Amino acid sequence: MNSLANTTPEMLVISPENGVLLAFRRDYRLAMRSRGEIIQALVFFVIVVSLFPLAVGAESALLKRIAPGVVWVAALLSVLLTLPRIFASDYADGTLEQLAMSPYPMATIAAGKMLAHWFTTGLPLALVAPVLGVQFGLGTSELGVIVASLMLGTPVLSMIGAIGAALTLGVRGGSILMALLVLPLYIPVLIFGAGAVEASMAGIDYAANLSLLGAGLLLGALASPFAVAAAVKISLD
Amino acid sequence: MSIFKYASPSTFYPLAGKIAPWFAVVAAMLGAVGLYLGLFRAPVDFQQGEVYRIIFIHVPAAWMAMLIYLVMAAYGVMALTFNTRLSSMMMEALAPTGAMFTVLALWTGALWGKPTWGTFWAWDARMTSTLILLFLYVGYLALINAIDDKKRADKAGALLVIVGSVNVPIIYFSVKWWNTLHQGYSVATSGSSMDPSMRMPMLVMTFACWAYAIAVALWRVRAIILEREKEAAWVANLYVASPPKTSGARA
Repeated sequence: MNSLANTTPEMLVISPENGVLLAFRRDYRLAMRSRGEIIQALVFFVIVVSLFPLAVGAESALLKRIAPGVVWVAALLSVLLTLPRIFASDYADGTLEQLAMSPYPMATIAAGKMLAHWFTTGLPLALVAPVLGVQFGLGTSELGVIVASLMLGTPVLSMIGAIGAALTLGVRGGSILMALLVLPLYIPVLIFGAGAVEASMAGIDYAANLSLLGAGLLLGALASPFAVAAAVKISLD
Repeated sequence: MSIFKYASPSTFYPLAGKIAPWFAVVAAMLGAVGLYLGLFRAPVDFQQGEVYRIIFIHVPAAWMAMLIYLVMAAYGVMALTFNTRLSSMMMEALAPTGAMFTVLALWTGALWGKPTWGTFWAWDARMTSTLILLFLYVGYLALINAIDDKKRADKAGALLVIVGSVNVPIIYFSVKWWNTLHQGYSVATSGSSMDPSMRMPMLVMTFACWAYAIAVALWRVRAIILEREKEAAWVANLYVASPPKTSGARA
């Protein structure tokens, strides 16, 4: 019937967890109903990565050296392109306003939405990345580090991106503006993510980079729902 | 007198008009003294020669670039917590000056880098993070200019700058560590402390830049206040030949 159809009675109890859960289930289901969009983001990721050998030449030593950066920049760009999915259609048809008026705190809805976004963009990217790594001649252990760094880093991209997406809702030239706001804030994630892979390639301890990504993830998980909720409220006013 | 008395644009407008010229005078005087000390009195650097004198504008500009962003973040917190319009107006007034100082720091850094390092640009941690700071300023200005509803633009800008200011130290350290990982390029900053004859002009120039930033921001905020409050009665009264004394100052 509607997205509440298989909601159990205890889920209707107003609590922060249920807010996260409801928003997550709703967005996840909507994303799964248009799988094409998820696949398009992945294809975009693969195409961007494949452009680099064509641009810089097929010399395997060079390709191996630039692989971490290339994979990470491409992942970052594909996440960037999917950011409007978090709020734009809900904003356009008024759903976002209804969600804001629901008894669930906006921060919990924001958290659920970010989680659903990560499940449908960051996670698939992290799972596809090893294939691209193989194309660039990375070894098994490096492929493991690339997956780990993307697993830890892409949720942060979803969180920071959600703030930019919420602030630019309904704004003229929104998507390019959003990129302008979000990309500088993505830089630390890019540095630590690509840095972890480079460290493992150089035989240095890469745990520090992964720890920093994890710290960023925790900080983002704590702070971003409130920042996103504030941004949504500003845009709805 | 409440501390919030001057949080109202109508009371702040005349106050800003009164104090801005003083800061401008201070900026001009300190600037003249600082440039004289820096360009004529400070000794020639035994390693770099005359070219080092660019630090007398470069370092104050870089400091102001960071300081102004932090001041904007502080105003952003005030704008979102106290819901004061003037705080957002101050952010808007400060941003162009902050961006200008950031460009100035990058530009003078490049001019200094060419004769000293042999290159206009190196991906040095400080240069890179200053460049990112410029992106943050540009992002703020782009956002507030793209949103037509001023109230929304104010709040969105405030939130963006607060989020950005949390990121500034993270960006700085990430770039710093990235830099040490990637390349062994080290800036030959002398470990010894600066000679007082060189430090003094730099401090004077810093205060000159500071006073300049305040003066310009106050003048700019006056323009912003007039633009935004043009429908208010107190603004109309400013331009009546003899303003009626009895009318209330506030709209």
